[in-house]
Amino acid sequence: MLRFVLRRLLWAVPMVLIVTFLVYVALRVGTNPLASYLRVNQRASAKKIQQYIETNGLYEGFGGYLRGYFQWLQGFVTFDWPRSIKGSREVWPEFRDAMMNTLRLGLTATGIGILIGLSLGVFVALKPGGLRDTTVNTGAFVAISTPPYVSALILQLVFAVYWNRWFGSSLLPTSGVYPPGNRGFDLFLMIKHMVLPVTVVVIQIVAVYTRYMRASLLEVLNSEYMRTARSKGISERRVLVRHALRNALIPIVTVAAIDIGAILGGLIITERIFSYPGLGDFFLGAYDNGDFPQMMPWMFFFTLVVIFFNLVADVSYAVLDPRIRLGR
Amino acid sequence: MAFRRFVRHRGALVSSIILGTMILFVILAPFTARYGVNEAVFKTSIENPNQFLSPRGIAWLGTDDIGRDLYSRLIYGLRVSIFIGLAAAFFGTVLGVTIGAIAGLRGGWIDDVLMRVTDLFLAFPFLVTLLVLRSVMSSVSWLEPFVGKPTSIRFVIVLFVLFGWMGVARLMRGQVLALKEREFVEAARALGAGPVRIVVRHLLPNAIGPILVALTFAVSSAIIGEATLGFFGYGPQPGAGSTSLGKLVGGAKGALLPGYWWLVVFPCVLLVLSTLCVNFIGDGLRDATDPKLDGTR
Amino acid sequence: MTENALSLRDFRVTFPTLFGDVQAVRGVDLDVRAGEILGVVGESGSGKSVTFLGVMGLLPKSARISGSATVGDTELVGASSRIMREVRGRRVAMIFQDPLSALNPTHRIGDQIVEMIQAHNKVSTKAAMSRAIELLAEVGIPQPAERARQYPHEFSGGMRQRVMIAMAIANDPEVLIADEPTTALDVTVQAQILEILQRIQSELNAAVVLITHDLGVVARVADRVQGMYAGRVVERGSVESVYDHPSHPYTRGLLQSLPTVGRERLQPIPGAPPNMMDPPSGCAFRVRCPHAIERCADEMPSLLPVGDVESACWRADELSKVVGA
Repeated sequence: MLRFVLRRLLWAVPMVLIVTFLVYVALRVGTNPLASYLRVNQRASAKKIQQYIETNGLYEGFGGYLRGYFQWLQGFVTFDWPRSIKGSREVWPEFRDAMMNTLRLGLTATGIGILIGLSLGVFVALKPGGLRDTTVNTGAFVAISTPPYVSALILQLVFAVYWNRWFGSSLLPTSGVYPPGNRGFDLFLMIKHMVLPVTVVVIQIVAVYTRYMRASLLEVLNSEYMRTARSKGISERRVLVRHALRNALIPIVTVAAIDIGAILGGLIITERIFSYPGLGDFFLGAYDNGDFPQMMPWMFFFTLVVIFFNLVADVSYAVLDPRIRLGR
Repeated sequence: MAFRRFVRHRGALVSSIILGTMILFVILAPFTARYGVNEAVFKTSIENPNQFLSPRGIAWLGTDDIGRDLYSRLIYGLRVSIFIGLAAAFFGTVLGVTIGAIAGLRGGWIDDVLMRVTDLFLAFPFLVTLLVLRSVMSSVSWLEPFVGKPTSIRFVIVLFVLFGWMGVARLMRGQVLALKEREFVEAARALGAGPVRIVVRHLLPNAIGPILVALTFAVSSAIIGEATLGFFGYGPQPGAGSTSLGKLVGGAKGALLPGYWWLVVFPCVLLVLSTLCVNFIGDGLRDATDPKLDGTR
Repeated sequence: MTENALSLRDFRVTFPTLFGDVQAVRGVDLDVRAGEILGVVGESGSGKSVTFLGVMGLLPKSARISGSATVGDTELVGASSRIMREVRGRRVAMIFQDPLSALNPTHRIGDQIVEMIQAHNKVSTKAAMSRAIELLAEVGIPQPAERARQYPHEFSGGMRQRVMIAMAIANDPEVLIADEPTTALDVTVQAQILEILQRIQSELNAAVVLITHDLGVVARVADRVQGMYAGRVVERGSVESVYDHPSHPYTRGLLQSLPTVGRERLQPIPGAPPNMMDPPSGCAFRVRCPHAIERCADEMPSLLPVGDVESACWRADELSKVVGA
């Protein structure tokens, strides 16, 4: 078991390096860091330009790229990050704040969404083909076909614009973490601002997880061992929980871990719409400016996250399903 | 027989009808639309402005910021988006099937590497990968003759193809792996069939079900993808005032606060409806071709 | 005569479907005594498995069950779920055909047996586990303590079936129903399993119902045999009698279709099993029977004694006087 985890870890390290190198190349080619810098700082002196080139390791040629990459890598790990092209701001503090915001939004939405989604999935799997099954299924389908910005727009329309018209003030704000000009920490305001974005993300998540759970549970319920379990004379509840649910959750856990990417994707879009200053917004802002020093740590961080969750998915699958664990 | 099963899926049936109607509308565009795509509803004047008119007789779904009929623009826009969706899905699937077949048949380290790479890229947030690809594609100058300018339709199609082949490749590889051990493949090989022949005449027909399903979902994800790009302003900007669904949905952003609800609701509804229909059709196809559902339901 | 461990009277099971009702079991009478092995034979679709799944209450909720099924003096048809739960696993236990899919792949073997024990006995897990290990040893699993911590897929087919048997006898049931226990196994392993069943019969004095389509298996271990066709019992009696002089045309056809040394050509029974949504009137076998008369279509034959067996055939008596196969 430990060997399995170790072997996976061993794979992960070169993966991280290769992928981030590819990303580095892509970003250097794509964002053209030098041109972007010059575009933003049109009156930069030759000395500043040279300094920029050196701190960011923008050397040419294949060897140059490699060298630049490793220089960058070293800087990243030691938290010695090159500064943003705009105003030479430090990248880390903004990044950290954005990360906090996104974590708050993401964890809340994911927690609520998965809980509701899984419960709903169980609820309908117990009576397949019935009215509630069809209703929930269709609803989930519609939700999946609705991109987050559409649901965001509709929600905003109803709760902010129209509410305003009918009742005189917005029930729920449509942007930012706090109203402009707010200082310090205010839980109530923060929650008020999070309601709409969280709802949008929750809709996406619930749709997906309801269908996962339904499919998985239905397959389990049709398995032979369910009949054996019932033939033992144990309570129906125990049959459902210890046999059906437990086995149904296994494939879901693995999928969930890998699905993080999709959830993050939805988060990025949602953040933009609600002007929520999270990591998604950070990335899009950096992308628009071609801000290489900002984009590189972002991509690196995300690569780590993705590979980490892939690892978690593999390991958890092995932990939960003894067939896999012992098959190796 | 598979057709009958498809028809039993009510959602798929209804969707086919709806989608078919929409496509008909789109194809017959000059007749079904009431105005040209860039044509103002009437000439604007100070007393009688034509901007932001709510739905009424002369403009069924209202007008936009320069007085163009939303209904007509939706039709033309839908045409562009469906075209992008179909083209991207088709080429992407072809590419994916080829690569997946190679990976599955060859096996070995090619297979390993390909799979790990695609796994990783699939796990990244969709928009991020798309945007990075986009910037790479637009910055490499020698690619431009092939892919066109970043704001062209061709560019977007190539973008989606580059992004979309991965899912299909994975699927095809899985199918090939499952099928290549079957006896009929061994028999074919024993008869001296080369790998290409095996793929085309033996493996493909058996894998066609899941491939078709994947194709359908590729269409819907391309449509949504185009709309997403358009929403954020990264999408295609077809010339001469013509438009795409993405651009129309993108225009919804600014229309929200002032309360021009028709500019928000109608493009969004159309987007969701078309995606929903394509998805339902895909679901119906999946039911129709699922071997596990053969015989009894 | 010892009391019947399990008795069925006019037991019926019907499945409502979109296209009509499927009459899977159409009036089965059956008795099994403690300490005897009853073989129940029939083709797929004869209703042999459905009958006993219905008795155990393991059919889908839509199934309509009527008639009577008693274990000792407890009536199972229409019984509350509480009673059914008490009966299942304690007084009547069942083992299934494919032990790989019948055992939960994510639970350890020992835990699965412990679950069976604790469902009906208030004992600590430790005590239950040691009992489980004892049971594994009884069915002939080597190193039971280690094996109890393993998972189903780590066992071979024969071992898995032994585990299922161990689980089934954990609470000393009065009736053990074995649904095709040897079908998925090699011939050599089959013999071992059957031997275990015989031990259960003698050591626990349980009533064993052995459902199978394999006439050889029945011949080897069963005391009495009962043939089913189209949801009804067509013949029953002791194994020696029935195998020696089958009285029902169907049973005769079955025995005749077995390959034997000296027989030149195989003689299958012509025709196909009936559609249970719309079975033939009267005797369902008449469409394939070489001896059918008009009465066979008009009246459904009941089980009548013919010599030392019972047979559901209007002509069984007269046909037995003619020398048969």
